[in-house]
Amino acid sequence: MTNSKKELEEFRTEVSAWLGDNKPKEPGFLLPQSFMEVGTDQQLDFLREWQYKIWSAGYLGLAWPKEYGGGGVDPVFQTIADKEMRRLGVPICFNIIGLGWAGPLIKDIGTEAEKKKYLKGILTAEDIWCQGFSEPDYGSDLGNVQMRAVRDGDEYVINGTKIWTTMGNYAKYMILLARTNKTTERKYDGLSFFLAPMNVSGIEAKPIRKITGEYGFTETFFTDARIPADSIMGQEGQGWKIAMQTLQYERGAEAGHAGGLAFVRVQMDDLIGQLKSAYRNGKPLLDDPIVCDQLVSLIMEEKAISLGDKRTHIGPLTSDYPLSLPLSHKLRYTEYARRMRKLAVNLQGAAGALDVGDDSALEGGFWQKAYFQSFSATIGGGTSQVQANIVAEHVLGLPK
Amino acid sequence: MNKTSSNSLSLTEEQAMLLEASREFCRKKSTIEDVRRQLDTVLGYDLNVWNEMVDLGWLSIAIPEHLSGSGLGVNGLVPLIENMGRAMLGTPLVSTVLAAQLLIRADAGEYSERLLQKIVEGTPATIAFLENSDWGDTKIRCEIGSDLTIQGTKDFVDDTMAAQIFILPLIKNGELVLALVERQQLSDNAIFPHVLIDQTKRSARIDFSGIKIESSQIIENGRVEKSLSDVRIIGALLVAAEQAGSSAACLDLVVDYLNTRKQFGNLIGSYQALKHPTVDMLTMLDASRSFIYHAATIISDAPIQKDVRVACHMAKAQSTNTLTFTADRAVQFHGGMGFTYACDAQLYIRRAQWSQQQYGDAEYHRSALAGIFFDK
Ligand SMILES: Cc1cc2nc3c(=O)[nH]c(=O)nc-3n(C[C@H](O)[C@H](O)[C@H](O)COP(=O)(O)OP(=O)(O)OC[C@H]3O[C@@H](n4cnc5c(N)ncnc54)[C@H](O)[C@@H]3O)c2cc1C
Repeated sequence: MTNSKKELEEFRTEVSAWLGDNKPKEPGFLLPQSFMEVGTDQQLDFLREWQYKIWSAGYLGLAWPKEYGGGGVDPVFQTIADKEMRRLGVPICFNIIGLGWAGPLIKDIGTEAEKKKYLKGILTAEDIWCQGFSEPDYGSDLGNVQMRAVRDGDEYVINGTKIWTTMGNYAKYMILLARTNKTTERKYDGLSFFLAPMNVSGIEAKPIRKITGEYGFTETFFTDARIPADSIMGQEGQGWKIAMQTLQYERGAEAGHAGGLAFVRVQMDDLIGQLKSAYRNGKPLLDDPIVCDQLVSLIMEEKAISLGDKRTHIGPLTSDYPLSLPLSHKLRYTEYARRMRKLAVNLQGAAGALDVGDDSALEGGFWQKAYFQSFSATIGGGTSQVQANIVAEHVLGLPK
Repeated sequence: MNKTSSNSLSLTEEQAMLLEASREFCRKKSTIEDVRRQLDTVLGYDLNVWNEMVDLGWLSIAIPEHLSGSGLGVNGLVPLIENMGRAMLGTPLVSTVLAAQLLIRADAGEYSERLLQKIVEGTPATIAFLENSDWGDTKIRCEIGSDLTIQGTKDFVDDTMAAQIFILPLIKNGELVLALVERQQLSDNAIFPHVLIDQTKRSARIDFSGIKIESSQIIENGRVEKSLSDVRIIGALLVAAEQAGSSAACLDLVVDYLNTRKQFGNLIGSYQALKHPTVDMLTMLDASRSFIYHAATIISDAPIQKDVRVACHMAKAQSTNTLTFTADRAVQFHGGMGFTYACDAQLYIRRAQWSQQQYGDAEYHRSALAGIFFDK
């Protein structure tokens, strides 16, 4: 499908105008910077309404098929819509586990019945999704998860505990990794993957307070919870393979995302803009050569990442290690983001010690909070250390 | 502050062809054994290989069509030089194409055109940038009198032993000019070769005092200063490309060893103390390649503007860090073997030490970037 420049430009103008007219006013409470920060009912209601509005206007799921609530057009339109949303600084689309991971998975490998049942609700935000992978004893070692799923007639009976379940207390469905067979030779082969309903008895999602003092994820207990047998995806024993595919979407190495902003992007320009008025040793901060050097290094990292995104698509310039850029993206981006926010707090002088809630905190403590939040991405979705193992083994071919 | 003004990165068909052809050429003509054979020769390279490069037209790539070049610009040189760095192929190519750039950008009058013709035919040329070891010191002190006699010594002149054409920035009546000196005007005992840490490279201190030139050998016009500064930043980019290539080769060496050497019953590549820094080498290399090809996308024959300058500064700052880190760890990760002259890690760590200084080290380029971004 090719689209004329003019057509794309017209679309851009249209989205831009719509967003300009419909961008919500500041709600008077803190809006989440990422989908992992939805901690109150107020925030949830607000974001749910916003996502529904974007979808109704036709700017979400543009590349998903029409019959499942999508727009049925070339992905380039969604890219344009996302760019405009980013440019105009509108709120995030919070239902990311659905839009970005479960949705593409169902769209790509789901049955017709699954697509009909789940996809539209993901886009409209009617159905909130969560992910039940990690357990208290098995996080990085995901292949070892022990939650049990035992078939009983036309149901599975689930027992065990999941943890760090983002939006676990709000979700209607969970992508769930559980063990259907305890006696397989390889730990991976006993796993199965479920599109599990959360509104059955025997499931309790207990909010956990985060490092920021807010809420956002839960410990999720399953006690003889019964889910329909047809909520299994694929066959028993295919769970690991499907979970790995899900992680490809999650880590951005695989396309298919419905669109919308998953998080508010903070750039070096934003930071430097704020530092223009900062002082150190009685002089403007940006007169300090050491500070400037730290900032320049981060500007370079930021630019290398965005240039890398372009180079990914140029075959002759990626021939040494073709998987290098996509597989290392999460590692590079999240580690850069963490260091950048850390420096932002460091450079504030005494005010760097203030937290959200103090009237004197720079930008209401935005950077302090952003620094803490940045660990959600260096830990969640596979820690940086595990990402480094993946790059070493799958890109460089180093031994396990 | 407007750092992301350009974020373009693409590859033209010509660049892609040069990338592939030069990779194959360098792989064949410059094996590690070939490289080692040249380490203690006077010139430091194989004349036959140089002549083949000339025949392939590599010296005319960045020369505009109206001067009978191929008109591909510096953009076309980057892939080639990256591959030369990968194969550690030492020739006077970088010095010579930079000298050509200076002639083109500053003048291209009759005398220059004659020299450019010689360059296309394979005559090595070089620019005598430095008078001391500080790349940040751009003040020229060597002079040329009203009788056109040169006074002064230039240092770290690349490829002195090969060069037949020397371009010297000089002061004439308080103004910056360029003098074009030919090899036969230089006496052998005015040349003091350096013992360089990178044994694939050559440079020397040259005392030009007493050499008298013709007025046709002088370029004096309003373009000299800007051209000289532009060529220095192009030099930084080309060395960065060479560093990126050497880093890639050094990474291959490390990966290979980590996949073959066993200790405690395991391949050493399974130890994260080695594995994770090796991933750092890869991500740094990725950043280097992104920067050099970004620069190679936006650079042109026009006077260098801010965007291109930023791209070149970033390329050199990054590639210096990439290669110094990669080569340093390559030595360590080879254990006792890494401490030997026989281990190829020495070639790369020596290249790293030499190249980090060429056209300014990483700190120099980052501080230039700070000047641009923070209006200093
Ligand atoms: C904000 C947030 C949201 C999350 N949301 C979800 C969610 O919605 N659903 C879900 O299922 N999970 C979620 N997670 C969980 C996340 O995926 C796990 O925390 C992560 O995989 C790490 O597991 P762990 O916490 O058990 O740490 P551990 O695996 O115990 O790791 C502890 C430390 O050991 C290191 N380590 C472990 N193994 C290795 C190794 N092989 N090599 C080197 N170092 C190693 C780790 O890098 C880490 O530094 C979330 C986490 C966070 C922080």
